[in-house]
Amino acid sequence: MIDKIVPDVPTAVASVHDGAVVMISGFGDAGSPTELIHALIDKGARDLTVINNNAGNGLIGLAALLKAGAVSKVISSYPRSSHSVVFEELFRAGKIALETVPQGTLAERIRAAGAGIGGFYTKTSVGTPVADDKEVRTIDGADYVFEAPLHADVALVKAQSADRWGNLTYRLAARNFGPIMCMAAEHTIVQVRQVVPVGEIDPETVVTPGIFVDAVVAVPDPMSERQAVLEGRGYP
Amino acid sequence: MSPSEPKGLSAAQMAWRAAQDIPEGAYVNLGIGMPELVADHVPEGREIVLHSENGLLGVGPTAGENAQDEELINAGKKSITLLPGAALFHHADSFAMIRGGHIDLCVLGAFQVSANGDLANWSTGAADAIPAIGGAMDLVAGAKRVVVLTKHCAKDGTPKLVDHCSYPLTGQGVVSRLYSDLAVVDVIDGTFVVQEILDGVSLDDLQALTGAPLFAASDIGAIAVPNL
Repeated sequence: MIDKIVPDVPTAVASVHDGAVVMISGFGDAGSPTELIHALIDKGARDLTVINNNAGNGLIGLAALLKAGAVSKVISSYPRSSHSVVFEELFRAGKIALETVPQGTLAERIRAAGAGIGGFYTKTSVGTPVADDKEVRTIDGADYVFEAPLHADVALVKAQSADRWGNLTYRLAARNFGPIMCMAAEHTIVQVRQVVPVGEIDPETVVTPGIFVDAVVAVPDPMSERQAVLEGRGYP
Repeated sequence: MSPSEPKGLSAAQMAWRAAQDIPEGAYVNLGIGMPELVADHVPEGREIVLHSENGLLGVGPTAGENAQDEELINAGKKSITLLPGAALFHHADSFAMIRGGHIDLCVLGAFQVSANGDLANWSTGAADAIPAIGGAMDLVAGAKRVVVLTKHCAKDGTPKLVDHCSYPLTGQGVVSRLYSDLAVVDVIDGTFVVQEILDGVSLDDLQALTGAPLFAASDIGAIAVPNL
């Protein structure tokens, strides 16, 4: 019997090794797998490379992981925000490396990795410093920049519902990077609000098919990062 | 002539002015910051579809204080609403809409815009600056038309409309029109052409606040906006 459901959050992240490249879903505080991230702090993870659209807010979730000294490099499109204090301190102190990637290029590099595509040419970033040292090719009279796929050892993703096969649905704008990160990592770990019996999710509404998912853990009442940031709460 | 800045339009008035030019049926992406305000000033009865880079089409007005859902946010991470007819999708699809040329119009903020339409809006290039590109490079490369909504001058009074951008570029030759607090300016054949100017501001006044030569459109007029 296929059963990707794991009993608890620590078990879900037990296999994440030091030095791993970790994709973390979420756009701002929507779709962040906060409980899975905190479990990485609990297990004392070190030297991670994190791929996320942003770089954490307040002292919670990804920001807490950075503050714990677990991350040596961030690959991000928009690491600056009104609450990105932890990242900014580490960056200015030279304690963390940053690769800034245009958001669509970030998404497409992740998708390419998941789809077995060896890279692609895009008009995005032509004539900007982002294209420095990259191959530029003229196709039908327009310049395109070559971008390579972006693989990861692990993806941590938040979704709404899952069954034991790993089929997923998402909620509203919390979907964002989840579906493509599930595709692109060697090992995909998903926290969901509810686990439902196989067959309960209408096949027409499955967003991420279970083939892209390795482990599912139920977190019925995930914390609100927005609330935690407002209240100045941190982790641990 | 003093280059001191006259009191210009409010942010809401600038957003209102930009919103008037959006045609019926357009698919429109609004950048972070002041451009987000455009959503609140779309003319009554005109049906446009707002796209948000984080996977939404059919974005409605900002959510009220008691109706905030942190899983329903726009690119600026603010809680918004969805209109009937809205659609949700993942990031690769969202940027396929942008990069694939499906977005009719994009409204962005700017640090600098040059007379040939170059845009700089992601980094000041300073050693301790945190670079933040977001979706801007994709939008300028993929949207059919890119307009900028920005104050005419930076906070320190330096012009944002310049001969050459000194900051790192977001894209080359991408901006078609600027809506500032003082004027509506088109980028035409490598020059700034003033279409509309705030009442009480002369072209000379505006020129003193601009870092590249300005040309007056043959039918230059006053910016007409309501009190907002």
